[in-house]
Amino acid sequence: MSGPRRVHDMGGLAAGPVDRLDHAHEPWEKRVDAIRMLCGKRNLLRTDEMRRNIEDLGPGVYDALSYYERWCASITNVLLQKNVITVDELGRKMAEVEQRWTEARKP
Amino acid sequence: MKIRFAVGDAVRVRRAFPPGHVRTPYFIRGRSGVVDEIAGAYHNPEELAYGRYDCATLPLYRVRFSQADLWSDYDGPVGDTAIVDIYEHWLEPAEGGHQ
Repeated sequence: MSGPRRVHDMGGLAAGPVDRLDHAHEPWEKRVDAIRMLCGKRNLLRTDEMRRNIEDLGPGVYDALSYYERWCASITNVLLQKNVITVDELGRKMAEVEQRWTEARKP
Repeated sequence: MKIRFAVGDAVRVRRAFPPGHVRTPYFIRGRSGVVDEIAGAYHNPEELAYGRYDCATLPLYRVRFSQADLWSDYDGPVGDTAIVDIYEHWLEPAEGGHQ
């Protein structure tokens, strides 16, 4: 075979042992899943678009992010591409949440 | 919808490497197998992935490959097979098939 192989398309490559331990989901992971479902219901997001935007994270980012971090990045990109949110709105909201978080943790 | 291949047909997966979202795994491109089952007709994920929700449906096949054909260092039992879901536009007739 020849031709470019994309980072997610790893069937047959050495990948180390599989972690079969079950684990509970963090509350934020459940929120990501809920947002995904809501976007689906509003006809803004299909599974294939999710996958495409995860694959397009590219090597490095793809490997560094956890499962739901990839979902979150992918949903964000789809919503930006479809003009549901703007980069500026997102940046300001993220700063606001970070500020709230910092305030809440002050002794 | 016209269905090009039948159960038992020998098929080869196209040896193609387009950019973008593709559901045909890299490790079977260019490899030959046999149609095991016709799974139905589904929208093409290569188009759904870019927001074309109204694209045409395509036949989806389950194609059986010999593990020994896929992996040069395969050391499992000789009869081991792998079944992969493949959309029709990725398949062409292979030698030994009755297309």
